[in-house]
Amino acid sequence: MNYKYSKTRRTQLIDRLAYKVFYVIAILIVLILAALLIYILVTGLPHISWHFLTGKSKPFQAGGGIGIQLFNSFYLLILTMLISVPISLGAGIWLSEYAKKNRLTNLIRTTIEILSSLPSVVVGLFGFILFVLQFNLGFSLLSGALALTIFSLPLLTTNVENALQTVHFTQREAGLALGLSRIETVLKIVVPAALPNIVTGMILAAGRVFGEAAALIYTAGQSAPAISFSNWNIFDLSSFLSPFRPAETLAVHIWKVNSEGLIPDASSVSAGASAVLIIAVLLFNFIARYLSNRIYQHMTGVKS
Amino acid sequence: MITDTETYIRDLNKEGNEIAISTDDLHVWYGSHEAIHGVSLAFERFKISALIGASGSGKSTYLRSLNRMNDNIYGTKVLGKIYYRGLNINSDKIDVYEMRKHIGMVFQQPNPFAKSIYDNITFALKQHGERNKEKLDEIVEKTLKQAALWDQVKDKLHTSALALSGGQAQRLCIARAIAMQPDILLMDEPASALDPVSTQAVEDTMVQLKDKYTIIIVTHNMQQAARISDYTAFFHQGDVYEYDRTKNIFLHPHIKLTDDYVSGHFG
Repeated sequence: MNYKYSKTRRTQLIDRLAYKVFYVIAILIVLILAALLIYILVTGLPHISWHFLTGKSKPFQAGGGIGIQLFNSFYLLILTMLISVPISLGAGIWLSEYAKKNRLTNLIRTTIEILSSLPSVVVGLFGFILFVLQFNLGFSLLSGALALTIFSLPLLTTNVENALQTVHFTQREAGLALGLSRIETVLKIVVPAALPNIVTGMILAAGRVFGEAAALIYTAGQSAPAISFSNWNIFDLSSFLSPFRPAETLAVHIWKVNSEGLIPDASSVSAGASAVLIIAVLLFNFIARYLSNRIYQHMTGVKS
Repeated sequence: MITDTETYIRDLNKEGNEIAISTDDLHVWYGSHEAIHGVSLAFERFKISALIGASGSGKSTYLRSLNRMNDNIYGTKVLGKIYYRGLNINSDKIDVYEMRKHIGMVFQQPNPFAKSIYDNITFALKQHGERNKEKLDEIVEKTLKQAALWDQVKDKLHTSALALSGGQAQRLCIARAIAMQPDILLMDEPASALDPVSTQAVEDTMVQLKDKYTIIIVTHNMQQAARISDYTAFFHQGDVYEYDRTKNIFLHPHIKLTDDYVSGHFG
């Protein structure tokens, strides 16, 4: 009896200890993240002004802005998503709904996993050789978007597949039992039911793409030539819409200013740009949460 | 397995009763495992027939074969004939999607779509080409009334079906199935995931539906089979051991095994 009692005490003790250890670890992670965010925002926010957000960057003098880089980041993101979202939807749907369990499917899954663990600088150099040189696209938004597609496709495809897998198989049976074809069931029942998760995954991936630098240095290029926002001819290199112009993004700009920048106010420009980048990525996260909650609520009538 | 079935089918024919669906020597294989060993049964129109038997007896497998839901399970093979209106529907030449409009199914777990109550019922109809708003409204009201759900949901037709309780969701699934106006309704333990009150409601619904639909139901619940069904087939290890009027199965079974099962000695 005595022995049993002490054993219970010990189990309780271990239990309490484990709880505290995990608690401390969790707090630690939050603290590190918070410290990082606060540091970046505190050093960066004072440099942010309307002039900084919209002005042109300067090669040698102080007082340059990040206007073009900021626009390039968003435009490149849109181009990348335009290419990669349809492909990842198709691939994810095929993997989840149609692929048979055989060696080919396993091979494809393994390939996607390997692709998702490729260092982004390798993706960048690969993009440089293939898109910039081989396809003769030069340093351009298009080359950058294609490189980022390689970078984001595995993330997005896995996200779509996982999201579809969380939809219970009884939903598919329900559709088929009503005389709907497989494709009708998949597109009109399974995909809509998985939509909150698909949208969340896509926006989070957008955040990763938005902050990517290494894959872009040798593809979208390191220069931000002046662009005209009144020129709507996408084939004209000076048009803001042209996908064929070289385009330094915000993340690349931060890297450039710090590594080979000649401007005297490099540290404040990079601090300000970093803060803008972080705010944008945070916004993506909040939007992802908000949208997925809204869709979920709309679908279920229940607040999550 | 038994000669009873053949005699019974002959009797049914003699009495001029209409047969809704029948199987002739139906075998179902899961890979190398034979789950159903040649079952021949015929189900009378506008009656409720219950399939009973222990877990693993093959009753659900058999039921799912009738509208070929087993087609979707990788490695499943269904051999033998399934006659619906004189047509063998267990054939490659059959358009399964068209066939399933006539042979509907309600599953064990309520599975409403992540859509509004209204859309749950009208979705498949719209996909099949019904666009007339008034007609759709009419079908929604009619089927929800038939499923005894109308009074509870008529004010929230356009809210999500996922907010319904289990019993309500299952009755919505029944309404959704009958909105297709099938001939036959297959029900795979439709009340096993529900509380007693909801079970009662679903059973009442089934008895009311009997006038217009042929219902084949798989159930683990002996009382349920006894309460609502006209005929009962007793499945055991992939064979039908006895098939007769429900009253006979429960009161005067011919086979000891049936007696043991319905009186709860195994299963």
